[in-house]
Parts: sequence; structure tokens; C-alpha cells
Amino acid sequence: MSYDRAITVFSPDGHLFQVEYAQEAVKKGSTSVGVRGKGIVVLGVEKKSVAKLQDERTVRKICALDDNVFMAFAGLTADARIVINRARVECQSHRLTVEDPVTVEYITRYISSIKQRYTQSNGRRPFGISSLIVGFDFDGTPRLYQTDPSGTYHAWKANAIGRSAKIVREFLEKNYKEEDMESDTEAIKLVIRALLEVVQSGSKNIELAVMKHSEPLKILDQEEIEKYVLDIEKEKEEAEKQKKKT
Amino acid sequence: MALLDVCEVSDWLKDDGSSAEGASVDKVNHFSFAAHGREFAVPPGVDPAEFLRPFCSSADGVEGVKINLDHGTTTLAFKFQHGVMVAVDSRASAGSYISGQLCNKVIEINPYLLGTMSGGAADCMYWERMLAKECRIFRLRNKERISVAAASKLLGNMVAGYRGMGLSMGTMICGWDNKGPGLYYVDETGTRMSGNMFSTGSGNSYAYGVMDSGYRYDLTVPEAYDLAQRAVFHATCRDAYSGGAVNMYHMKQDGWIKVSQGDVAELFYRFAKEKN
Repeated sequence: MSYDRAITVFSPDGHLFQVEYAQEAVKKGSTSVGVRGKGIVVLGVEKKSVAKLQDERTVRKICALDDNVFMAFAGLTADARIVINRARVECQSHRLTVEDPVTVEYITRYISSIKQRYTQSNGRRPFGISSLIVGFDFDGTPRLYQTDPSGTYHAWKANAIGRSAKIVREFLEKNYKEEDMESDTEAIKLVIRALLEVVQSGSKNIELAVMKHSEPLKILDQEEIEKYVLDIEKEKEEAEKQKKKT
Repeated sequence: MALLDVCEVSDWLKDDGSSAEGASVDKVNHFSFAAHGREFAVPPGVDPAEFLRPFCSSADGVEGVKINLDHGTTTLAFKFQHGVMVAVDSRASAGSYISGQLCNKVIEINPYLLGTMSGGAADCMYWERMLAKECRIFRLRNKERISVAAASKLLGNMVAGYRGMGLSMGTMICGWDNKGPGLYYVDETGTRMSGNMFSTGSGNSYAYGVMDSGYRYDLTVPEAYDLAQRAVFHATCRDAYSGGAVNMYHMKQDGWIKVSQGDVAELFYRFAKEKN
């Protein structure tokens, strides 16, 4: 007997197979990386190369939820659109009722509770997305949260989701240094270096967004990313030279 | 569901949530701050607002029965440099009958939030206790205290759904949150105003007269206590529906304190002595 038809049913050994299959769908999505610095939060996504006739601007994987929160996702784009719409409405609803912008934790909790509800009702399948939600609370604290299809969420200093997430996460664990995060450029470079590990053809396939406290979301354009990539390559060469010397 | 549509039942099932099961996944949940539907069941086909209107609007009501929804009390609150002063009387009246002389018209929602009550005693007590419940749930869910703006918004939203149905509530929500001292006036029509000074109830014009002539933002604490007490006292002298005792609270940065409960008769002789 298979226990993955109606998702409200547990398997004998305690699995919710539909949720686990949703996590497989996430692993097929393009990589997203998030890093939380001291005064900056950075999200980078792997841009899939678009067909020749396709308008590149219609493919945006980094979405603003409000002035102080934005997110990237990995998995089914259509599912993400629904979640993002609901989250945007909730951000405004919160502003209306509480007269304050949402905290990042609040909107993450809201998104997670939507996802969880869809794992516990018949006739509906879970959302096939994991998301990285970053932003600043109104007291200036930077935050990074990750949600997954089961509806759980955790806070992270740096994380990756999607294809090759494991490789990127190991890279981040090796290279994330608390002191470096004081510098905004170091945080941005860490995201780019992490993405370059898994992205095919370099800076052309990277999309990057940064936010500083009380400043609007800034999506970096190609030239700026190129500059950082050149810096990183220079640093790599110097590190190689150092190694050869010693 | 198709059968429900054919029977045209959707009109009177409205928002009691017992319709299509699919709705339960998208139904209003604990994130939609108290803007939910009716607390009380209303039978289909009855419109409470329509029912009440003739009793309130025309001069003689219906066959001589007129319902007067006045706020028989005096409450006041004002912001000054050391926080927020709150002073209320303690008389409960039912028409021209004094039903109580020592009723408590301030609800202590939490150590940083107070609500005053004027109007229908039952309405005030019920809705402000609902507000206290919502504030507590907010604190548990979000791990921080609710702001005064949000608390007053919740109360306003809760009662706005019953507009026209005969609620009578004029309240001031006072508190201190991380934006500083907060003071909001909320009433049964859903009106919600932020301000530095409010007075509600049938005695409010007398209280405003005394407050306006003595108010400065830079009052000292004893001066503010004196002003608040005097304003309510003079209102109890002139307004038949206010009296009993003057209950005073002072909202400070680290919470509120109950300053005093002064019997109006004693205050009368004290102020009379000062004049001589």
C-alpha cells in the first residue's frame, strides 16, 4: 500500500511523503544564497539562461514583500507566486492594523503557517518551494530566515536552497567569518563566491539584491556584479601566488 | 458546492464558516487581527441595525419607547511631560437611578496599558476584556508587548463590525510603548483618534473647561495629579450622572500606578477650604 496518495495520511514509519516529494521538487530549482551581514542583507540567485526570444526582465526570482523585507525562492515558480501574493497582502494588513511594518520573523511565521495548512488538508498538495526571507526589523536588526515545504522555519546567518544547496552550504560554513560581516562588500562577495561555485558561466547567470537598514531594496546590475567578480578573481590569484610561495 | 448554490443558501450562510470545506484552508486565521466576523449569532433574516433604528432616531421612539444611548459618566486622560494622567468618576446610572457609587471604570489590561470606560457598562466591560485577551495573545505570539496604536486599532475594529446595532462605548486606551506615551480615544462607531487630551461622557464639557484652563505640557507630577482630580471633581458637581469617587492613574515609562481614589464629598470640603 502506498501512503502518498492522500497527503493527510502518515506512513507507518511516520513520513509525510508528499511533503518529502515537495522537498525533492525544491532540490530541482535553481540555487539561491542568502547572507546576513552586520548592516546589510544579501540575496543572490542563479539565473537560468533564457531563450533568445524571451524577455529577460519578466523572470524575477527576488521579490520584495514590503519596504523592509524581500525574499528569494527555489522550486515551483507558480507556487511561489501565490505565497508571495499572500505575504504581500499580509504585510499591508499588518501595517493597517498594527500601524507598524512587519518584522521579518512575523512574515516568515505567516508564510510558514500557510505552507503548513496545505500539508494538513485533503485535496491540496504542499507548496513546492523553499524560501529565503531577508530584511530588517524596524529596530535595525538584520534577519535571514529559511522556510521549507513542511512549514518549518529557522533563522540563519547564511544559507542556500535549491540545486547544489549542500555544496554551497558547505562552502558558506567554511568561509563565513563573523568579523568579515562588518563590511558590506565582504558580505556581497561571499554570496557571489558561493554562487560561482555552482553556477555555469560566471557573472552573467547571477542576480543579486542587497538591502541596508532604512534603504530600499537594490538589485545590482550586470556591471556591478562584474566588478565584484573581477575583485574575487584577483583575490583568488593572489591567494594562489601566496600558496605557491610558501 | 453546487447544491448550496442551487438552493441559494449562500445569502444567509454568509460568514459563519460552515459552508464549503475548501474555505477552511483559506479561512481567516489568527493572523488577521480581530477583523473577523460576528461574535454573536444573528438569526437569518434579522438585521439588528434596522430593528434598533426607530427606537433611537425619532423623537418618541416607537409607541413612546425611546432608547437613549448616552454615556453617563466623566472620564479624562491627558499626556504631559511625565507620561499620561487618567482620571475617572465611579457612578453607575440607569436612567435617573443611581445604581452604584463605586464602580471601577478603568480596566487594567496589562502593566503598560489602561482602558477607561464610559457608556454602557456591559458593552465597555465586555469589549475591553476581549481587548485584554487579544493583547495577551499578541504578547504570547510575537514575544513583545502590543503597541498602544495596535491595541486601540483592535478595539476599534472589533466594535466597528457592530455599528448601528446599539453598542454604547466611549473609551480611552492609554499606555506607554517604545514610541513613548500613547493616548487614543475609541468609541462604538469605530472612531479612533490619537491626541494629547480627551474627556468622554456626559460630564466631559465640565471636565474640559477645568482641564483646558489649567493644562500645560510641562506640568509637574503633583500639578498634574491636582489638575486631573479637580477636572473630574467639578464635573461630578455639575453633571447628575457623574459622582462617587475620583479614581486616578498615572502611566509612567515603567508602567502605570494607581495614584488615588478620592471620595467626591471629601474633595468638596478640601477644595472649599482652599478657597477660604
